[in-house]
Amino acid sequence: MLELAFTLNGRPAALSVNPAARLLDVLRYDLGLTGTKEGCGEGECGACTVWLDGLPADACLVPAYQAAGRDVRTIESVAPERLRPLLASGATQCGACTPGVVMTALWIVENPALLRSHTVRELMAGNICRCTGYDGIIEGVEAAVAERMGTPGGAS
Amino acid sequence: MNVYRPAELDEALERMASRPVGDPLLPVAGGTDLLVHWPQRLDEHERDVLDLQALDDLRGVRWSEDWLELGALASYWDVIVDRRAGEEFPLLARAARQVGAIQIQSRGTWAGNVVNGSPAADGVPVLMAYDAVVVLESRAARRTVPLDAFYTGYRRSVRQESELVVAIRIPRRSHELQQFVKVGPRRAQAIAKVGLAVTRSEAGWRVVAVSVAPTVRRCPTVERRLEVGPPPRSPEDLDEALTADVSPIDDFRSTAHYRSRVLARVLYDAVREDARDDAAPGR
Repeated sequence: MLELAFTLNGRPAALSVNPAARLLDVLRYDLGLTGTKEGCGEGECGACTVWLDGLPADACLVPAYQAAGRDVRTIESVAPERLRPLLASGATQCGACTPGVVMTALWIVENPALLRSHTVRELMAGNICRCTGYDGIIEGVEAAVAERMGTPGGAS
Repeated sequence: MNVYRPAELDEALERMASRPVGDPLLPVAGGTDLLVHWPQRLDEHERDVLDLQALDDLRGVRWSEDWLELGALASYWDVIVDRRAGEEFPLLARAARQVGAIQIQSRGTWAGNVVNGSPAADGVPVLMAYDAVVVLESRAARRTVPLDAFYTGYRRSVRQESELVVAIRIPRRSHELQQFVKVGPRRAQAIAKVGLAVTRSEAGWRVVAVSVAPTVRRCPTVERRLEVGPPPRSPEDLDEALTADVSPIDDFRSTAHYRSRVLARVLYDAVREDARDDAAPGR
């Protein structure tokens, strides 16, 4: 077993883990944080997106040992009211992709300077959704960014 | 499975050197290639790894007068957000933005892309088109190898078992032409069916082809054709030279026929304006 200590959703976490575990496995099965979903297991669908030191990462492709000493943030840290712009724009349907979508969306919302060089669509390209057709997700993120920047836009 | 997480490079090199021949430590940078379908790859779970993430000296993008140096832990995202890299070496960011999406770009590293050695790599072709050099270090010695001499076959390279790739260096020079094309099933989250990086500078033409050989492949015959031959008038004009340099195959991602046709077309598209401009008197 491997001793692992890191910051999880703002609080210290320390536990023994299987050295071959993925961060996704540790979150879900050792820590019981099942909000982070496993989809494809190959870094394509983005359902397992968490923040690692402030950047979105696929928890299925992060060896658990690489969380040591780092800052990990999962969907469990997100206050429900922050989902309002996404709900209002029809960005959710079956919900399988939603935790990952939310984590990438909030990263954009909290780093709006990204939109000087990137479109929302490009930044969200790592989150696959089989229900909504994406437009609702893109609109929801744009509305949340507008809200954050204090400008009227998107949501009416 | 043992995981070693050295915080000093000397300790890392010592660990690498301490292994018996044939049972090396597996160096892990971002882990994004290693962990694909990991739960099904049980036989690999016993392998001892050297995690590089605590080696802060290997982080980031560094500039010197002559080089841009990417530390072994420099990620695609590190380069995407480096404005100077975007201005001086635009193909780096262009390729990086087509690697997966942010979730991979934030973790995947240039050095990992080089060492993983996939013939469909996105980072390797642009590095090779910029004449990048791989910096290898072992307990015994430090050496540099031009990236276009790094590979010896499919996922095989000159890196010895005890060596770590500690950095990649790109010589700073101005380029009059630079192109990167990735042909995949969609714009994001795709692996290249065919790819191409082309540059032209005082050092001459560099043409690097992706997914059409056992390794990412520099194309010396094509380069010479562009250097001394008449300007190509059609994709077919480039076929003879391309055939000498690449050997595409059928696999689950594409076919040999598609790959050679598309490669000739994207290559023609990348070089034709420039080749025509240079068809001026005196050449």
